[in-house]
Amino acid sequence: MKVVYPHMGLMWICIKAMLEYLNVDVIVPPPSSKKTLLLGVKHAPEFACMPLKLNLGNFMEAAELGADTIVMAGGCGPCRFGYYAHVEHAILRDLGYQYELVVLEPPQKHIGDLLDKIKQITGQQSWRRVINGIRFGYHKAEAVDKLERMANYCRPRETTAGATDRALQHALQEIINVAAPEGLPAALQRAVEIMDAIPVDIHRPVLRIGLVGEIYTLLEPFANQDIERKLGSMGVEVDRSIYLSEWVNEHLFLGLAKNTRSSKLVKQKAIKYLRHFVGGHGLETVGSTVFYAEQGYDGVIQLLPFTCMPEIVAQSILPRVSAELGIPAMTLIVDEQSGEAGLVTRLEAFVDLLARRKQTEEALA
Amino acid sequence: MSVTVGIPRALLYYYYYPQWKTFFAHLGVKTLVSRETTRGILEKGIKSTVDEACLPIKVAVGHVMDLCDRVDYIFLPRVVSTARREYICPKFLGFPDIVRNNIEHLPPLMDNSIDLYRKGSSLYNLFYSVGKEFTHNPVRIMRAYQASMAALNNHCRDMESGRLPFETCDSNRHNRQDQDVGVRDVTIAVIGHPYNIYDHYISMNMLKRLRDYGANVVTADQLPEHVFRREAEKLPKQLFWTLNQRMVGAAFYYFDRPEVDGIIHVASFGCGPDSMTGELIERFARRESRKPLLNLTIDEHTGEAGMVTRLEAFMDMVRWRRQLDYVAATYY
Repeated sequence: MKVVYPHMGLMWICIKAMLEYLNVDVIVPPPSSKKTLLLGVKHAPEFACMPLKLNLGNFMEAAELGADTIVMAGGCGPCRFGYYAHVEHAILRDLGYQYELVVLEPPQKHIGDLLDKIKQITGQQSWRRVINGIRFGYHKAEAVDKLERMANYCRPRETTAGATDRALQHALQEIINVAAPEGLPAALQRAVEIMDAIPVDIHRPVLRIGLVGEIYTLLEPFANQDIERKLGSMGVEVDRSIYLSEWVNEHLFLGLAKNTRSSKLVKQKAIKYLRHFVGGHGLETVGSTVFYAEQGYDGVIQLLPFTCMPEIVAQSILPRVSAELGIPAMTLIVDEQSGEAGLVTRLEAFVDLLARRKQTEEALA
Repeated sequence: MSVTVGIPRALLYYYYYPQWKTFFAHLGVKTLVSRETTRGILEKGIKSTVDEACLPIKVAVGHVMDLCDRVDYIFLPRVVSTARREYICPKFLGFPDIVRNNIEHLPPLMDNSIDLYRKGSSLYNLFYSVGKEFTHNPVRIMRAYQASMAALNNHCRDMESGRLPFETCDSNRHNRQDQDVGVRDVTIAVIGHPYNIYDHYISMNMLKRLRDYGANVVTADQLPEHVFRREAEKLPKQLFWTLNQRMVGAAFYYFDRPEVDGIIHVASFGCGPDSMTGELIERFARRESRKPLLNLTIDEHTGEAGMVTRLEAFMDMVRWRRQLDYVAATYY
């Protein structure tokens, strides 16, 4: 059995670590690219959202590398993601791919369903080892998130252009290379040292922008055209409203690990504008915008794939939030038609506006 | 003093209007339904919603705006869930907030939730919280609630006996659809969301057109609940969208019926659930059935001529296909 799972940013690092620790054969699909997207667009339903198309492309590319089992998360709505696995499987089957499908989702009837599926992947491993594996994956996610946060801090302040990105690659490599839980703290230590060694100018004035929106487009650099790096090189410190480890902690561990940023606070902040959860990250998008406004950020950018339902609700509400709290908000919608130049132009214009606004405010103060 | 409650002629109006009307009537509250969809209403809706929203949402916003100046309250329940462990769609969940944050000078909204997601929840919660606004007498609310449930049951039975929702919703319509005459030699199943296929403007009178072409039209709403739920179980995983469950179940059912000659699937552009279930229906049709399937996507730019051409071509194909089948059956 060779297991494949779809890409979502750097998630592959954690899942690969977890599955390999459990002696499962893993095939990591090639990083999402134009080719992946083309494959997906060709066979996926026309107005399915972009993550589905990329997932499908990932699976098709992985099949060439010999993968035969798909592991995916499921869900129980109302976001479309809960039905992704089955639609993708149906498409792949009609195309002649022989994929086995294992969907990990909140069980409909009995917790045993879920446990059976985990056993199906892990084989005869003891539960103790399975739990250790999951913890290992989670800790890797935490480490990766920490490095990404450091990179977001350094990028607008770096003294030599590109130093941050090079350092981040080296640092991530340290994390990727760890094969057992015992080695992780030391590796993280080394990685952090690499990041700390980036020469930065800490007094340089930077703009701060919060990225909110749908999780896949936030985490997957191919989907958002590497927006964090682009903003970073324009002198913007970026904060993402969703990091993988926080999401995992909240949705899969039900908040078991303490001392992390939780979306509970954010959801409470959204209540004034949006009084009910709407699936996906719609509520978090509205709440995070309020949160960033309160934290004194200079602007907010919302990212969503075209036709994403929860985010459209949030998008309808953001103008009001933006007007009432005085925080500029821009919505970027991505799909297979998105062009890089168009994105860059819009980002530059937005950043210019924010810089000018900040200047005026400072002059008045 | 009598207050007027406005009910937009959009979204789940087609399923629940008789119930809502009965409920308010028993409380002595006047109800006013927004006018039928027109270009004007749609334009208003388009102007006040984000571009990416789907057509039904834009139309619904237009209907709310149509009511704005004419009523004391707008009844706009937040439709979270109408069946256990199922939702409608994220946009329905957030619809009252979309309206509140995009339209100025709104009368008070009654956006109490319809939420049957959990075991043991009941529609009574909605009606009690709405009724409280108008009367302090819980017995009166209870009576009105019971009458409204009876009305809802009647409405469902009416639909199952073959009438379409708009025919039962207002019985004095000037152009009653069942009055046209002519031979109907084929049966076409139209599968789509109620607010797309029953709205004359949005669907460009599709049902009437099909009847004029000599087709007997059946829809998903004429199937009893247990039938489409049973059919929908053919899917590998139970769908969590109630309306789409009905559509998929009905499509599977009609593909199996020998008297149904063709199926039309109507989706609005950018509809999330439809993008998934439309695909599943299409793949099912290709694999398991020889019946013609027409996939129609509608949005605010839909041109009438395009629709007519495709419907006519589809009808021709259905008849032609049937003839071929007949010939094949006779000679081989």
